[in-house]
Amino acid sequence: MSSNKDDKLNLEQQKYKDFAQQRESKRPVLTNCIKAFVIGGGVCAFGQIIQLMYIRYFGFTEKNAGDPTAATLIIISILLTGLGIYDNIAQWAGAGTAVPITGFANTISSAAIEHRSEGYVLGVGGNMFKIAGPVIVFGTFSAFAVAIIKMLLNYMGVFR
Amino acid sequence: MIKGNQSFIFESKPVIISSATIAGPFEGEGPLAKDIDVIHEDVYLGQDSFEKAERMMLEQAAMKALEKAGVSKYDVGMLICGDLINQIISSSFAARTMGIPYLGIYGACSSSMEGLTIAASFIDGQKVKYVLTGASSHNCCAEKQYRYPTEYGSQKPPTSQWTVTGAGACLLASQGVGPKVTSATIGRIVDLGITDPFNMGAAMAPAAVDTIEAHFRDMNIEPDYYDIIVTGDLGSIGHKIALDKLLENGIRIPVKIFGDCGMMIYDSKKQPEVLSGGSGCASSAVTVYGHLLNRMRSGEIKKMLAVATGALHSPLTYQQKETIPCIAHAVAIEM
Repeated sequence: MSSNKDDKLNLEQQKYKDFAQQRESKRPVLTNCIKAFVIGGGVCAFGQIIQLMYIRYFGFTEKNAGDPTAATLIIISILLTGLGIYDNIAQWAGAGTAVPITGFANTISSAAIEHRSEGYVLGVGGNMFKIAGPVIVFGTFSAFAVAIIKMLLNYMGVFR
Repeated sequence: MIKGNQSFIFESKPVIISSATIAGPFEGEGPLAKDIDVIHEDVYLGQDSFEKAERMMLEQAAMKALEKAGVSKYDVGMLICGDLINQIISSSFAARTMGIPYLGIYGACSSSMEGLTIAASFIDGQKVKYVLTGASSHNCCAEKQYRYPTEYGSQKPPTSQWTVTGAGACLLASQGVGPKVTSATIGRIVDLGITDPFNMGAAMAPAAVDTIEAHFRDMNIEPDYYDIIVTGDLGSIGHKIALDKLLENGIRIPVKIFGDCGMMIYDSKKQPEVLSGGSGCASSAVTVYGHLLNRMRSGEIKKMLAVATGALHSPLTYQQKETIPCIAHAVAIEM
């Protein structure tokens, strides 16, 4: 009776899927989008305030204020993760907390905390990139691919 | 004695002479708190890992059940336990502490009723005098193994469920006072093609339907024979699917006697983070061995059918895009 997802579902399974779907509560997509927009925008606006603060009071320029700003957001995100608050905010905010840099910090710190019981090397070290790892791998690879395309286009004189 | 295709009647009527439940803080805020023997304030139970905390809860539930019955652990012939963690470590490590001859079982969230069925069979076969059976689960262990780190901020869909932190155990004997295990139906694997691990209720509902139908067919009785029929952890969505599916197949169970442990253990209004409801071995173990058996002892319920459902997938099979095979075992308990 078991089947692979790639195989076609048999008639009984297809029928059941429809039967079950009629009775499932749907993800509230529109509300989720609005919440994500508000919270995600809020995080970015907060980041902007921090950046302006660094420029105004700590002598950074618009160019190099980005680094301490990102670091501050990361520290706040990790603190909230460690205190067990971040996941509660995220259940409400969805993509609003997942997409900004705070979400990335949360993936790494939450995995590190979770696997602390297996020791520092194999536990924390081996697992902290469990969720963030694929993002880094495919992020780096796609950056590489795009750079090659840009270089080729450059070479062919498209950008001149 | 086998009856029909997959049901068994325990003629000697093994007696549940005592039962005990342990739970975490979140379950302690739920509506069944007064039926839980020990509610821990800390999900770690003062241990340094969630896994140790889970095994400690199972040990405590087992010891508490022995204590209530006044039976020494040296008189217990067998311990039958199950849980959700890889290689059922909570059960086996708890059995190491207990030092009782041990059978480890794995039926995912159906382990509680699987254990009770096996335990009743051993008593019915007059192989041993006392059998202790239990099951446990821990929210954080299950999240860690099946999903994401507990503190990871992902948004769960409304179909997802909340693994119950807790453990339940009960002690069976051939004679004594208490609810009696009269029959059981062992389920078949049912897989209707659901692949989403955040939609366990829909995946497991057909297994519950299959076992409930088989039970009534084999035993040749009608649903109104029971005062209450509870499923283990279908949650609100799976519960609705099961009820409608049974009706479609011509089995009319009155809504007021058809319950679900996953829906009973939490208050969905005050604890909205559970979404569709509770899940895990402890969902049925804590509810049946605590709340429902207490209601039987007080005379409120005379006959109960407990159907624990389990999803027998692993994180590996999910990643390999396999569908989720599910099972349900039903145990009839009568006063």
